[in-house]
Amino acid sequence: MISPRYHREVPQRYRLEAGKCKNCGNVSFPPRLVCPKCKSKTFETVNLSREGKILTFTIIRVGPDKFSKETPYVVAIIELNDGVRLTAQVTDCDVDKVKIGDKVKLVFRKLQDEDLSGLHCYGYKAVVI
Amino acid sequence: MLRDVAVIGVGITKFGELWKKSLRDIFVEASLKAIENSGVDHIDSMYVGTMTSGLFVGQEHIGAVMADYLGVAPVPATRVESACASGGAAFRSAFFEVASGHSEIVLAGGVEKMTDGADVTDALATAADQEYEVYQGITFPGLYAMIARAHMHQYKTTREQLAHVAVKNHKNGSMNPNAQFRSTVTLEQVIKATMVADPLRLLDCSPVSDGGAAVILCSVDYAKKLKKPFVKVIASAQSSDTIALHSRDSLTELKCVKVAAEKAFKQSGLKPSDINFAEVHDCFTIAEIVVTEDLGFFEKGKGGEAVENGLTAIGGKIPINTGGGLKSKGHPVGATGIAQIIELYEQLTGNSGERQVKNAKYGLAQNMGGSGASCVIHILEAV
Amino acid sequence: MIGIVGYGSYLPRYRIKVDLIAKQWGADPEAIKRGLMLYEKTIPGLDEDTITISVEAARYALQRAGINPQKIGAVYIGSESHPYAVKPSATILIDALGIGPHVHVASYEFACKAGTEAMYVAYSLVKAGEMDYAMGIGADTSQGAPGDALEYSASAGGSAFIMGKEKVVAEILFTHSYTSDTPDFWRREHEFYPRHAGRFTGEPAYFKHIHNAGLSLLEKSGSKPSDFQFAVFHMPNGKFPQEAGKKLGFSKEQMEAGWISPWMGNTYSGSSPTGLSAVLDVTKPGDKIFMVSFGSGAGSDGFIFQVTDEIQKVKALAPKLRDMLDNDKIYLDYGQYAKFRKKIILNE
Repeated sequence: MISPRYHREVPQRYRLEAGKCKNCGNVSFPPRLVCPKCKSKTFETVNLSREGKILTFTIIRVGPDKFSKETPYVVAIIELNDGVRLTAQVTDCDVDKVKIGDKVKLVFRKLQDEDLSGLHCYGYKAVVI
Repeated sequence: MLRDVAVIGVGITKFGELWKKSLRDIFVEASLKAIENSGVDHIDSMYVGTMTSGLFVGQEHIGAVMADYLGVAPVPATRVESACASGGAAFRSAFFEVASGHSEIVLAGGVEKMTDGADVTDALATAADQEYEVYQGITFPGLYAMIARAHMHQYKTTREQLAHVAVKNHKNGSMNPNAQFRSTVTLEQVIKATMVADPLRLLDCSPVSDGGAAVILCSVDYAKKLKKPFVKVIASAQSSDTIALHSRDSLTELKCVKVAAEKAFKQSGLKPSDINFAEVHDCFTIAEIVVTEDLGFFEKGKGGEAVENGLTAIGGKIPINTGGGLKSKGHPVGATGIAQIIELYEQLTGNSGERQVKNAKYGLAQNMGGSGASCVIHILEAV
Repeated sequence: MIGIVGYGSYLPRYRIKVDLIAKQWGADPEAIKRGLMLYEKTIPGLDEDTITISVEAARYALQRAGINPQKIGAVYIGSESHPYAVKPSATILIDALGIGPHVHVASYEFACKAGTEAMYVAYSLVKAGEMDYAMGIGADTSQGAPGDALEYSASAGGSAFIMGKEKVVAEILFTHSYTSDTPDFWRREHEFYPRHAGRFTGEPAYFKHIHNAGLSLLEKSGSKPSDFQFAVFHMPNGKFPQEAGKKLGFSKEQMEAGWISPWMGNTYSGSSPTGLSAVLDVTKPGDKIFMVSFGSGAGSDGFIFQVTDEIQKVKALAPKLRDMLDNDKIYLDYGQYAKFRKKIILNE
């Protein structure tokens, strides 16, 4: 039963809420308690940019149980326009045509189902623009 | 003031699909061999490296379980976990207990039972960032595949160069009686194998394995008294880095390896060129290439060329993974770090038969967790 | 003046041609296309559902409305494919878009007219002075049983409308609803596919309710069909809306812009709302729009809209429906379609 764990991550997964260090300006996604750059502990909430580009990616052809029926699918490390990096699937694409450097935007999609009677789990994926 | 530490005995099981043996059976088998091999009649303490015995077989509290089954209770027994570097981290914990003078004889073992039916991909993925990498659908091979693609993009590392790692390690493993795969593979077979996570294919990936390994550590003074062959631990280093690959400073460099290596070389007073051979963490072919660069054996970006040109073969400039590496020897996760130490021990005591590295004086073992979030490095010296 | 201040639609990129469905079940593709006037339909991706579709449509509506999401007092989603039987779809949508938590949320269901219900209630709350803004959304990832007539049309998509009283782009002048117990199409709890009563879905259901709601709307407003530049009706296929419109006295030209079912299929609760969105994309200030939805079971909601000068400022602020309908399409074969629509029995 994953409700509390899922619920905690909603601001990040749905709205891309991140923590910007008030001391050095470094943005942490997800937000955290200690700034990895300057070790300061005060942050303000910011929303990440929804557009970016692909730094590297892979095409998963053998997937974990939960995603086994969705293969092949692309997972990429994306650098958003504000400099923050994250990992996301690239959806609605021809897997063989994705390239490093492709521009993408983040969209709201269902990431997985807990199981047949559990929660639907939503979050961000990327589409090539 | 730390005293000098020696490895005086080793024990290892066959690696592979050990259907008839349980997690406990495997660990006890390896440990008994190590104890017998070392000639000691007791141990003062033990450390067990295992990554996810909980997820694989539903068993935690491994220290207690193994002390019980090995018949050494009531000695202190602790489970150490650092994903795929659990074995190396267990060895490091044992090293400190002996080096500090707190105990005389300590067993460091590692074990994993991966074939009992748990979903291996899910279990291994616990070494990555669960909420921000795994939730998005990434797998372990997927993470290294992203590193491979970035490395190929930046340094023009080729598909063939990756394959050379697998070919070399299988060749070495074919000479290792305990290896999981004793068959050789051709470049063609590796390049044409089933795709797992583009660009990594089945033969670029280390296998799913059951297995156990154990070593006995004691002070060098005690080892001399036992009058048995031993090797000296001259460096023990560990480092950490961000859990998520996307948070790293670079996608083509394993900073945790560089940081630990720098510490290890400083401790031992050696340079990369002093090392005669090394066991590195080739969970995927690309890992071996990047690690050999970040250890300082080759210039950044030239790791692929090096393996292609035979520099890391037995008899080459710096033999890497003479025992077959994780690829061919097998990768029972928790046992791997200890198995690396054992290969170093066998080489440094002149016991490696067909795989022997001539005049082996200094060996390095590099064990790594996750996609490079933790790294443990040990340097051992022949005596 | 109360009416639409922002609108947006979302269609998935996947399509299947009606020919492939016909061939799968041994039917004559040409006869099907002629009879139903359907050529292809939209298919939701494996990672899409009524909630994800609603979020994207609502995001576009917010872009056009240009308002702070916190000002929205109610969000309603009407669908016959809510992902949860119990947990309103809009609870997820509000967190995704930064709406609320001081907001009223509910899910609506009335077969294909759940979308216009959501619109009607949102409008009524603003009209009653309860709140400044309210959003009504119609979205679906409807299912048609394999080999059944509905498989040619059941498709996916949705549209969102934010109702308010400032900077209104399309004023709502009149509404009228007409409902009765008519069992033409329904789905029992726990059933995967709906059932329908064949030809009974026509005259006694679809046509009767649209016609009556339409007539009452014309009477109420003291208008005639020729007073309108555009007319939109619920589109279960390509043929029915044209017939219904003709019966009420509307011409093909008036219905043209909103007649999107031949390429979209029937997005159920998203059907007439998406037709309305397509129309809004091409209207000029002063244009009058006549719209009547239909939901099996059965009922119709009618609306009369009049477009204002504000429309010119908002059209370009989000993707146009026709662009989504006509461009960047990814065609699937029947096997892929069956997999995407979860029609294949898995070992779960």
